[in-house]
Amino acid sequence: MKRRQLLATGALGLSLAFGGAAMAQDKTKACFVYVGPIGDMGYSFQHHQGALAVQEKFGDKVEVTWQESVPEGADAERVLTQMALGGCNIIFTTSFGYMDATNAVAKKFPDVKFEHATGFKRESPNVATYNARFYEGRAVQGTIAGMMTKTNKIGYIGSFPIPEVVMGINSYYLHAKKVNPDVELSVIWAMTWFDPAKEADAARAMIDQGVDVIAAHTDSTAPLAEAAKTGGKVIGFGQASDMAEYKPSPRVSSIIDNWAPYYIERVGAVIDGTWEQSDTWSGIPEGVVEIGEITEAVPAEVKAAAEKVRDEIAAGTYHPFTGPINKQDGSPWLAEGQTAPDGDLLGMNFFVEGIKDAMPQ
Amino acid sequence: MAMLRLERRPTPSQFWSRATPLLAVALTMVAGGIMFAVLGKNPVTAIRTIFWDPLFGEFAWYLRGQLLVKAGPLILIAVGLSMGFRAGIWNIGAEGQYIMGAIAGAAVGLAVYPVETRWIFPLMVVAGAFGGWLWAMIPAVLKTRFNTNEILVSLMLVYVAQTVLAMASTGFLRNPQGAGFPGSRNFSNYPAAHNDWLIESAGLHWGGIAALMAVAAGYVLLQRHILGFQIKLSGQAPRAARFAGVNPERLVLICMGLAGALAGLAGVFEVTGPAGQISIDFNVGYGFTAIIVAFLGRLNPVGILFAGLLMALTYIGGEMASTNLGLPSAAIQAFQGMLLFFLLACDLLTNYRIRLKGEAR
Amino acid sequence: MFGGIDPALLIAALMVASVPILLAAVGELVVERAGVLNLGVEGMMIMGAVVGFIAAVESGSPLAGFVGGALGGAGLSLLFMLLTQVMQANQVASGLALTLFGQGLSSLLGQGYVGVKPPHTGAVPFGPLVDIPFLGRVLFGHDPLVYLSVIMVAAVWAMLKFSRAGLILRAVGENHEAAHALGYKVVGIRCLAILFGGAMAGLGGAYVSLVRVPQWVDGITAGAGWIALAIVVFASWKPWRALLGAWLFGGISVLQLNLQAARIGIPVEYLSMSPYVITILVLVVMSSGRGRAALSAPACLGQNFHATS
Repeated sequence: MKRRQLLATGALGLSLAFGGAAMAQDKTKACFVYVGPIGDMGYSFQHHQGALAVQEKFGDKVEVTWQESVPEGADAERVLTQMALGGCNIIFTTSFGYMDATNAVAKKFPDVKFEHATGFKRESPNVATYNARFYEGRAVQGTIAGMMTKTNKIGYIGSFPIPEVVMGINSYYLHAKKVNPDVELSVIWAMTWFDPAKEADAARAMIDQGVDVIAAHTDSTAPLAEAAKTGGKVIGFGQASDMAEYKPSPRVSSIIDNWAPYYIERVGAVIDGTWEQSDTWSGIPEGVVEIGEITEAVPAEVKAAAEKVRDEIAAGTYHPFTGPINKQDGSPWLAEGQTAPDGDLLGMNFFVEGIKDAMPQ
Repeated sequence: MAMLRLERRPTPSQFWSRATPLLAVALTMVAGGIMFAVLGKNPVTAIRTIFWDPLFGEFAWYLRGQLLVKAGPLILIAVGLSMGFRAGIWNIGAEGQYIMGAIAGAAVGLAVYPVETRWIFPLMVVAGAFGGWLWAMIPAVLKTRFNTNEILVSLMLVYVAQTVLAMASTGFLRNPQGAGFPGSRNFSNYPAAHNDWLIESAGLHWGGIAALMAVAAGYVLLQRHILGFQIKLSGQAPRAARFAGVNPERLVLICMGLAGALAGLAGVFEVTGPAGQISIDFNVGYGFTAIIVAFLGRLNPVGILFAGLLMALTYIGGEMASTNLGLPSAAIQAFQGMLLFFLLACDLLTNYRIRLKGEAR
Repeated sequence: MFGGIDPALLIAALMVASVPILLAAVGELVVERAGVLNLGVEGMMIMGAVVGFIAAVESGSPLAGFVGGALGGAGLSLLFMLLTQVMQANQVASGLALTLFGQGLSSLLGQGYVGVKPPHTGAVPFGPLVDIPFLGRVLFGHDPLVYLSVIMVAAVWAMLKFSRAGLILRAVGENHEAAHALGYKVVGIRCLAILFGGAMAGLGGAYVSLVRVPQWVDGITAGAGWIALAIVVFASWKPWRALLGAWLFGGISVLQLNLQAARIGIPVEYLSMSPYVITILVLVVMSSGRGRAALSAPACLGQNFHATS
């Protein structure tokens, strides 16, 4: 009991100290915490593009600061506390692993707004969560993959077997299967977030075994570069950023993480004083998930089919996970016409029927 | 240069062994300041932010405590490693031992969740030390039984431990109430297993106590105990050590085991305290940084204490410089590298005199 | 069971995958044979990766890139040389500091080069040889660096075994006092070895950023330098065994990915740790039993030398 009181007093002290700092400034300070270096050309890079868009939009009214390569856990907690103490009005924590740190620090600074990406905990009213429906983009890619494959073997390079990645794989496979019932999916887990050479090896292993369309949920362009060496036989997609340097082939399209609309909206809300806790999961309709140009390396009818999927998702008339869909073991998941509840997707740890790879563990 | 020559001192200079760190820090400020100026930042502000603000700045009341949080694991691991390094035993896999200690400790706590008795935390600490010890015993036993080089084995086992960590976070230690997301339960919500702050403002938790105890014990061991004598003798004169009755195989087992157990302890204190949970990216390189800390401290426990605190200062000050001044984190890394270079180079003055050519001895 | 895996393609892939660690390992092997332990391989590799990338992009020539990579790695090793050979600093700590510094500096240098595509490094034109069944694919379809890496192994082996320079180098590593007494310039020889090691590591790094990936991103070498250090130990400081070690490690790394793609049913966690575990097991087998004496490291490894007279 005593310890708890002590903690509460400490928290009060922190928030008082902060209160003073907040009064003193007239600019709104928006702060960003990245898990990787900005130069990763992928996940953190795209978040930073969003941060820069905030600066551009509001100009003198905001001050944007950021911290790269922040490890999860204790370091994240310290960086967040430093930011809150330093006068940040809104802090975006851009990786799932910051979830507990974000909530812990948010309790101590009730006047600072916290925005946590891809998590589900909102333990105090000043924490909001946001995420992107990347699986919507995977539906478009799967459609292209199913129609473009000549060997009927398509591949997917995943980082770790976590729901975020698993739902992308399922969406990719389902939509490839829909346009090409003979399609077979091969999954390789890199078991790392970042090792470009290993990603290249994974792509090559797939190509050597006859895979001719490769999607990746790791961020480097290495798989595309590997595909480029086949002289047009193998295609792939840009991931996180457009990867336009591999246009028109092997990069035939891409998923672009575009966080700018969300960041501008939320920072704007802080400026106007209208910020409220929310849980936002946006995708193609909101422009957070963008489909990069589908190049001329793809025949017109394939392009049309892919764009139809994209447009239907954008219009809200189609959900990529619409039943009937069975789980890998044949047990029913979604009934005819039923769409996947968000909770099922966020915690997805099973493959859908037809995928032959075993789910790790 | 040609005009100067080095002359080895008969005994290391007491004066210079204390003065060189200060000289090195001063030189780093100059060289680092030049780098920051080249990057377009005010060098004085940058240097002040890194070295002064965490100790005496506006938020020093918070950041001073964080020094110990960051330095604790480094010191604990480095003290263990230093024993082996002195004896010529090259355990460079403390990172893996740290991970396995955390997993073993966490597993014990999570296995009995949600039982609340005061015995749980001590039991987890023992399990953590055991986990690290066991992981270190692999290279130790392979070395004593099969003459297998411990550098390779201990290093390779880091990567194996990382894979086990990924398995634990996505599989056998995953939070059953975490909606399928990777990562274990958070120990801050499990009081019996939580390594809470003892003195929050000082950043003191049980890990800090353990680190200070390790420094004291290490000092006594080296100065007063026969084992310390054997360790020193084996490193300086392996043949003489054999004649003096030192059993080299036993020494390998002891030194590796000690380093492993301390690294495991660091892991379990970190996972139950500041980090809070097992996650894929739980380890942040303490095991590798501790090698630098061990040598910066001249393999002396008291020196390691200061070296650990200095490293922690550069991390925390570096973070502040990065958030407040927009310095890329890469610049901070380069700056840390410079500091190490100067510290290592200036050590020359402790052991050598610089003479002009031809000057009398 | 191994339906989809073509052995020829697998061997060809492992040869390419092993090049960076092999080049860096052969360089480090020479350094360690001279009695110097430079743990900064990762830092020198990544400097090679970024400097090589910049040189290739600016000049448009992959050759300039590889030369630049070697110079980048050697340039960083100059720092290590200054610290350990002139300032008598501790080698282990200096090497680790070198890695930290190299990672930071490479990221600063590479800031303007993220997202740029480097010039293409083509295969060596062996003409019709490539069409020989099996062997053509395994032996004749590669880029020049694959061959260079094997040539360097042979060259270092020959140098160490047959040449006078090799004899002196080994003497310096085994007993620097005696080598000094015989009139050899211990420090000078070690400096050359360190620069060679840096150049080789840099070349390996440039291979990653120009051929393997080919792209510049922060931290691109992702720990390859550490594996190279392990390979030197695995090789017991013998060049041909470094080749064996690099190909074994690279081979299993490639094989495990192929096995995943071929769905043979081994859980991915075990496949993923297999390169490390198998390397350990093979070393255990090789180091137990016969020839134990031959396995020891150079006697003066990691010790600094200061001439007292």
